[in-house]
Amino acid sequence: MQLCDLSAVKLSRMLRAGEVSALEITESCLNRIGAVDGIPGRLDYVESEQDNTRVHAFITVTPDSAREQAREIDRKLAAGEDAGPLAGIPFSVKDVFCVENTPSTAASRILANFSSPYTAAPVQRMLDAGAVMVGKVNLDEFTFGSSNESSAFQPSPRNPWNTERVPGGSSGGSAASVAAGEALLSLGTDTAGSIRQPAAFCGVVGMKPTYGRVSRYGLIAFGSSLDCPGPVARSAADAALMMSTIAGEDSKDATTARVPVPDYSQSLDRDLRGMRIGLSPAFLQITYPDPDSGDYSQQPVPEEMQRAVMEAAAIYRALGAEIIEDVPMPNTKYGIPAYFVISRVEAASNLHRFDGVKYGYRTKNPVRDLKELYQRSRGDGFGLQPKLRILMGMYVSAAQYSEQYYQRALRVRTLIRRDYEEAFDPNGKFRLDALLTPTTPTTAFPVKDVFGDSVMMQYADQLTVTANHAGTPGISFPFGFDQAGLPIGVQLLGPDFSEDILLQLTHAYEQATVDAEWRKRRPALLEEV
Amino acid sequence: MPERKEEVTPEIFDHLVELAALALNEKEADYLRGELNKQLSAVHELEAIELEGNIPPASHGVPYPPERKPDLRGDVWVPSHQAADITAQAPEFDGGYLIVPETPHTTLE
Repeated sequence: MQLCDLSAVKLSRMLRAGEVSALEITESCLNRIGAVDGIPGRLDYVESEQDNTRVHAFITVTPDSAREQAREIDRKLAAGEDAGPLAGIPFSVKDVFCVENTPSTAASRILANFSSPYTAAPVQRMLDAGAVMVGKVNLDEFTFGSSNESSAFQPSPRNPWNTERVPGGSSGGSAASVAAGEALLSLGTDTAGSIRQPAAFCGVVGMKPTYGRVSRYGLIAFGSSLDCPGPVARSAADAALMMSTIAGEDSKDATTARVPVPDYSQSLDRDLRGMRIGLSPAFLQITYPDPDSGDYSQQPVPEEMQRAVMEAAAIYRALGAEIIEDVPMPNTKYGIPAYFVISRVEAASNLHRFDGVKYGYRTKNPVRDLKELYQRSRGDGFGLQPKLRILMGMYVSAAQYSEQYYQRALRVRTLIRRDYEEAFDPNGKFRLDALLTPTTPTTAFPVKDVFGDSVMMQYADQLTVTANHAGTPGISFPFGFDQAGLPIGVQLLGPDFSEDILLQLTHAYEQATVDAEWRKRRPALLEEV
Repeated sequence: MPERKEEVTPEIFDHLVELAALALNEKEADYLRGELNKQLSAVHELEAIELEGNIPPASHGVPYPPERKPDLRGDVWVPSHQAADITAQAPEFDGGYLIVPETPHTTLE
């Protein structure tokens, strides 16, 4: 057990008590990166067998600026100055956030040479709070995927619990770096489950806040009505510390909400008695397409997932919460089809700006005119997944198809939102504080198993995506391991701006299972260090 | 298993690719058109949903009443000291101009 394996809350306390320095904490994370990460993601990667046993969470490690920040924290503490609520806590940043004078690539060739002239709002808030950035972590190209395999920067991240498995995505580098002790916290984004699914796969806590709770300023956009920056951490208390820092309105993002930000750490220990937690059959089954016929069938989620949810419900009941069964959520099954339309339209719109003129990649080939410059720069610069999303988005929003697809999907989104409103209505039939579900239909799948099949990959998000449509918050937390030794994630979904309740419930579960045998497990990879 | 009708034909696909300003090789084009048709099959589920006339589209999920909207920044000119950093990102920049090849001239019909 090294410093980087402790919690952010504990390290904060030790730092303030003078038991440890910020520089020592930072060095611990940098050492861990050196020990387990292997080579960082790169464009010109040649596959090598030895890389299959490393984590590869990072695209860019920033040791010099990290040490400099840590020394400044130590100086402030020594001088008795306020060093900030996250003083000395190392964090990683999904490489889809701009950070000044740092490569900000979105894991795409088209932005590989882009160095941002400014810093994204949530990253700036972390830095202003004294957190130490140790680097930028890998993701699916432009966040388009659920496994990180689509990154243009290879080797793509691996799951620290089993490096033959994917870490999930698109915030796979975030989840892997936190699970492996390379960072205490990570800033990720969630558009369909991109924080919660990798958190579940890597055995860490991941929260998608309410849309508008955290500023998107400086985030390279994918689906602008769905994208939510949020924390990845190893406990609810650590996530609460980070949420209190990054949440809040921002005059640079007109979609942020003017809603007071509570101190999420203060509400963690509230009593659960009287709280109402729902279970919905719609989240205990998966709908999936037959790869040959395209026909859809439904089947229950694997028994291990069902059991995890039922055991979690039993724990909450024992803590005094009331469990409400059979909450309908009937439009859950339309989450992915609607997402296929809405997210692609927004992606196509957002990706039109990359053209080889103002910044980013420009084709090296000779071109006749400006039009060919666009075509070749975009053709060479984008990988297959961005190309697919652009084409799909253009097709379903074209004038002659828009009514059939895009407008229809937006109306289906209204139905999905109504499911949530009904479940959480304080005067309604269910009056839930939270809904308890599995986070994912499966645990982490093997590398190369699903990659390339864009439909099946998307279905990895079906239990998480409806919260993005509805704009409501969700959290995934670890609930032991499956037979194969892979982490299982359980999800709590809540009404708008109920992050405090979701963190409280997660914390309560953690406290109730603090002595569980499975909590003693560590990724085998860490036994070597 | 009966083969599904391809919604995105090669002709429609080529038109989309042109609009999207993407140069593709043949292998990429085959994969992308195949995946597009697969995704559209998945989307067809939406057609089966009964949507009554009064269901409005939702451009985003969370309501935004006026009291929740943040103050917008003032619409004022602020000097930037980063102009050189920003133009330094351009693939080709000279004398204050972003350099691009000839712009094709087309006649609008």
